[in-house]
Amino acid sequence: MRALVRIASWLYALAVYGFIFLPVVVLVLFSLQATSFPIPPFTGPSLRWYDAVLADTRLTSALVNSLLVAALSSAVAVTLGFLSAWGFARFTLLGSALLRGLITLPLTVSYLIIGMGLLVLFNWAGVPKSLLAAGIGHVVINLPLCFAIIYSQMGDHQINIERAARDLGAPEWKVLLLVTVPVMAPAIFAGFFLSMTFSWDEFVISFLLTRFDTTLPVEIWNLLRSGLNPKTNAVGSLVFAVSIVLVVFFELMLLRRKPA
Amino acid sequence: MNPATNSGRALPWALVTPALGWTLLFFVLPFLAMGFSSLTAHDGSGFTLSNYSQFFANPAYWQAMVNSLQVTAIVTLVSVLLAYPFAWILAEQVPERWQRLALMLAVLPFWTSYVVRSYSWLLVLAQNGVINRALTGSGLFTEPVQLANTRLATITGFVHFFVMLLTLTIFANLKQLSPSYRKAAADLGAGPVRTFLHVVLPLTLPGIMVGAFLTFVLCIGDYITPQILGGNNELLMPQLVMMQIGRRGDFPLASALSIILMAVVTVAYLACARRLKIERA
Repeated sequence: MRALVRIASWLYALAVYGFIFLPVVVLVLFSLQATSFPIPPFTGPSLRWYDAVLADTRLTSALVNSLLVAALSSAVAVTLGFLSAWGFARFTLLGSALLRGLITLPLTVSYLIIGMGLLVLFNWAGVPKSLLAAGIGHVVINLPLCFAIIYSQMGDHQINIERAARDLGAPEWKVLLLVTVPVMAPAIFAGFFLSMTFSWDEFVISFLLTRFDTTLPVEIWNLLRSGLNPKTNAVGSLVFAVSIVLVVFFELMLLRRKPA
Repeated sequence: MNPATNSGRALPWALVTPALGWTLLFFVLPFLAMGFSSLTAHDGSGFTLSNYSQFFANPAYWQAMVNSLQVTAIVTLVSVLLAYPFAWILAEQVPERWQRLALMLAVLPFWTSYVVRSYSWLLVLAQNGVINRALTGSGLFTEPVQLANTRLATITGFVHFFVMLLTLTIFANLKQLSPSYRKAAADLGAGPVRTFLHVVLPLTLPGIMVGAFLTFVLCIGDYITPQILGGNNELLMPQLVMMQIGRRGDFPLASALSIILMAVVTVAYLACARRLKIERA
């Protein structure tokens, strides 16, 4: 009976792993296709489609745009998230629970609706579609995340260290920069990298709020109009690789925080 | 205890105002603008409820909502049924020191972007894609089967994503379960099957419901997966919304449809929160 459960478990787990990895394996495998269609039989390996991606200035500039939007919007999100988390954790504010609820509210609304709202607002206000507009949207989706992560990590332990610094005569800004930020660094990094990953992958807000200069997911979407194409596989594999790097980084951050 | 006494009241508000301001300006205000827009006529001739009445009067719009609810229900159910045993195996059968790696592997493709993931499924399901080649190559089928641009393709793409998400949440749930519950059940003479059915499953049910609710919300609001995998044969709500913006530039109708979609999610949330008290979990 035990052995039977074990064998059945192995088979089941293998099947689910297979299902989970099937599309990724097909994507990466056919990005190495030597001929023009990413369908069987496999004719590679060849790196020609990666060359094609790197030679395509629309894709490479979209890649730079994506990284730029991700880095800047995450920096803004994590800064605002950190300052507000600090404010709420250290001081008793009027209506604190309600205001904290307001900051985390965007987490419960789908990206499509956040994007739609900004589109309608910017349309009325005469704000043109741009990377800046998309970046503003990315801060909206990532700010509650950064706030929640950092706020949940602020405990009594940190308060005591800060109080010691204040007792020793440090002004408020010095406490913030020299004590709170270093102590909270793991949570701040976690918030930043998680935001980077979400912004890097985000499609619908960028799709609605940008026009000519756009982000990589939107540019990939444009590529899809030409049907199945190994070039799309290649750029998709690159996007996947960047996401993995970000996630591994994030995972290492979490591991480093564990022993503390 | 409270350091506010020696730093005045200005500092705390200076800290929280930027975040609150951003949320008000770029989240609450846009939402109000959308609500306002949904009450205006497309041709700019004043206020009207016609955008909402159109939804209820037009069977094609209704159908999109019905499709969305059906697809979301199927996806949620199938994902939970697939993910639960998988998470259980990872938590119970895989040796402790391999668990972190096994889990990380299981959710690795979770981090590919929506667009790329859906495109990857298109490669698998296409007319001359991997599955059809395997089917015709093995002699099981003589003709390729229509897999892409169907509801089945949309559901497959969604299930793929949500199995990973639910595996994460259910795994965390199973690990949080104190082993003493199981020991107590065993001491009282329950076999592994009874222990599972009467102890483990009921204790992890609230976690499953939270995961299922998350699946519902993310699934019903997603545009990419149905657009790439399902095509335009059958529209889901987010596709209908995007269509109003894209082809017709009809912001008021798109706003009204978005608000209706959000209302459905809110009703689902309230129903879940009442029954399961997830607000306290």
